[in-house]
Amino acid sequence: MPMTIETQPSRLTPNAPSPAAGDERIANPKIDVRNLNFFYGDAHVLHDITLTVPEKQVTALIGPSGCGKSTFLRTLNRMNDIIPGARAEGVIAIDGRNVNDPGLDVVRLRRRVGMVFQKSNPFPKSIFENVAYGLRIGGLKNRGETIEIVEKSLRRAALWDEVKDRLNASAGALSGGQQQRLCIARALAVNPEILLMDEPASALDPIATQKIEELIYELKDNYTIVIVTHNMQQAARVSDRTAFFMLGKLVEYSDTKTIFMTPRERMTEDYVTGRFG
Amino acid sequence: MSAVDASLNTDHHRSRRASDAILLGLLASSIILTLLILLVILGVVTARGAGQVSWEFLSQPPREGLTGGGIFPAIVGTAALVLLMTIAAVPLGVATAIYLHEYTPAEGPRLAWSRWVASKGRHGRFALLRRFLSASLAVVVRSAVANLAGVPSIVFGLFGLGFFIQFIGRGLDRMTQPPGEIVWGQGSLIWAALTLALLTLPTVIVATEEALRTVPPDQREASLALGATRWETIRRIVMPASLPGILTGAILGISRGAGEVAPILFTGAAYYLPFLPQRVTDQFMHLGYHVLILSTQSPDVDATEPLLYGTVFVLLILTFLLNLTGVLIRARTRARLAGR
Repeated sequence: MPMTIETQPSRLTPNAPSPAAGDERIANPKIDVRNLNFFYGDAHVLHDITLTVPEKQVTALIGPSGCGKSTFLRTLNRMNDIIPGARAEGVIAIDGRNVNDPGLDVVRLRRRVGMVFQKSNPFPKSIFENVAYGLRIGGLKNRGETIEIVEKSLRRAALWDEVKDRLNASAGALSGGQQQRLCIARALAVNPEILLMDEPASALDPIATQKIEELIYELKDNYTIVIVTHNMQQAARVSDRTAFFMLGKLVEYSDTKTIFMTPRERMTEDYVTGRFG
Repeated sequence: MSAVDASLNTDHHRSRRASDAILLGLLASSIILTLLILLVILGVVTARGAGQVSWEFLSQPPREGLTGGGIFPAIVGTAALVLLMTIAAVPLGVATAIYLHEYTPAEGPRLAWSRWVASKGRHGRFALLRRFLSASLAVVVRSAVANLAGVPSIVFGLFGLGFFIQFIGRGLDRMTQPPGEIVWGQGSLIWAALTLALLTLPTVIVATEEALRTVPPDQREASLALGATRWETIRRIVMPASLPGILTGAILGISRGAGEVAPILFTGAAYYLPFLPQRVTDQFMHLGYHVLILSTQSPDVDATEPLLYGTVFVLLILTFLLNLTGVLIRARTRARLAGR
C-alpha cells in the first residue's frame, strides 16, 4: 500500500480541523471513524479521533497506559455503553453505517464485531458449550449444525487438535493460552466480520503468545482485526497498520513499517524505541 | 550475644508473649463455650426427646387434652406452611435482588442527578433522567429491605392480621362470598405463609444480591460482547454462576421462617385440630406453635413433658434436614461449576 507520510497532518492539536489525508488512500475501509470524542462523566478521554481501518488487515493500537486505546477499541462494538456516564460523540462508520447511533441495535452490532479480552474469560461451562454459546443465544437449534460450527471455530482458533477428545471437559481445565484461544474460537463462532482484541496475549507466556500471534496472522485472511497491545515487537510483527495514541489523542497513524522505521512525530519515535512508556 | 539480643528488652518481650497467649486462650474458650452450649441443648433434647419418637408419635394427632397421642398434624402443617412460604418468598426475593443488582445504575442518585443536570441541551439526555429515577428507586427499595430485616417478628404477625386477614381477606369475602360468610377473612395457611414470606424476604434478597456480586464482571462482558442481551446474560451466565449462593440464602431464610412462631400466632396457627388442612384457607397446626402450647397450656404438666421434648426433637431434626439439604445442593452445584 503506497503511503506518503509527509502529507499526513499532525493530530496533536485537538481543535485543528480533522483532515484525514493519509486515511483517504485506503482503498477498502471497513471502519471509518470521524471526529470521535469520548467522555467518562466530565473527563474528556478521547480527543477528536479520526482514523480508518482497512478491511482484512491487522491494525494495531499502541501507546502508554491510560492513553485511551482500549477505550477507543471498546467504542467500536459499543462495549462502553455499559459503563455509567460514558458518552461517545462523533461518527463510527462500519461498512458505511454509523454505529455510534443511540437507536442502533447493539446486539446485532456485537455479532458482527467480536471481541477478545485481555484476561481470558471462558464461561464456567464445557469447552463445547463455551463455543456454542453465541450460537445458542442466536437461536440456532440444529444440533448437527452447532457441532459443525463449533468444530470449525475451534479449528480456526488452532485449538481443535488439543481439545477434540475432551469437548465436554470444563473450560477451566485448559491452560491460560488455550483458554485465550478458546475465547477467540467463541468469538469466531458467531461469524463476525471484525475482531477486536484488547491485549490478548499480555497475560500469556512467550510460547502461548507466539501461538496467538500466528493465529492473528492467519485470521486476517478472513477478518478485519484491531488489536491493542503494549508489546512493541508484537505490534511490529502482527500488524499492517499502527496507530499511536497518547493522552487521548491520535498522534500518528500509518503503516506499521513507517511507524517503526521512519515515524514522522518525535513522540512516536521516542515511544517505539522505548525512550518512554 | 549479638546486637539483636541486646536490643530486645527481655521483660517487655515476655509480656508480649504472655498477652498473646492470653488472647489465644480467650478465643479458644469462647469457641469451646459456644460449642458447649450447643451440645448441651442438643444433648438434653436428644436424651429426653429421641425416646419419644415412635411411629405412633409421628403419625397420630394429639389426644387426651394434649397429654397423649402424637404430632402428625403439626408436622404436616409446618411442611405446608414452609412450602407455601418458599413459593411466595424465593421468586419475589430473587427477582428483587436481580433488579437491584443488574438493572439499577451503579452510581448513586446524587451523581445520576448531577449528570442529568449537566447534560442540558444534549441529545438523548432523557436516558440520564431515567437513570436518576432508577437509582433513586434502588435507594428506596434497599432501605426498605434493610428496615424490613430489623422489624420484630411479632410485628409481622400483627401486620399479617391487619393487612392480609382484615383488609385483603375480608375484602375478598365481601366480593366473592354471600353476606356473613367468612372464607378468606380469617387466619389460614395462605395468610400465615405470606406473613412469613415477608419476614424471609430480606434474607433472600440480601443473600441473592451478595451471590450476584460474586459473578466476575468479565463474564458479563464476555456474554454481552457475543451479542447476548442483558436478560440472556443474566439467565445463562449470571444466574447459573450465582446459584449456589442464591440457594444458600434461600435455605437460610426458609430455616429461619420455619422456626418462627410469632408471625403465625394471629394469622392461622391453630391450638388443636383433629384434621389436616385441606385448602389454603384452612387453619393448621405448627410444630413451633405446638411447643408453645404444650409448655404453657397443658392441664397436666408431667404427662405433657415427654411430648414436649419429643416435639422439640422433631423440630430440630427437620430444621437440621432442611439445612443439610441446602448444604448438599450447594455442594453439588459448586462441584458442577468447579474448574474455573
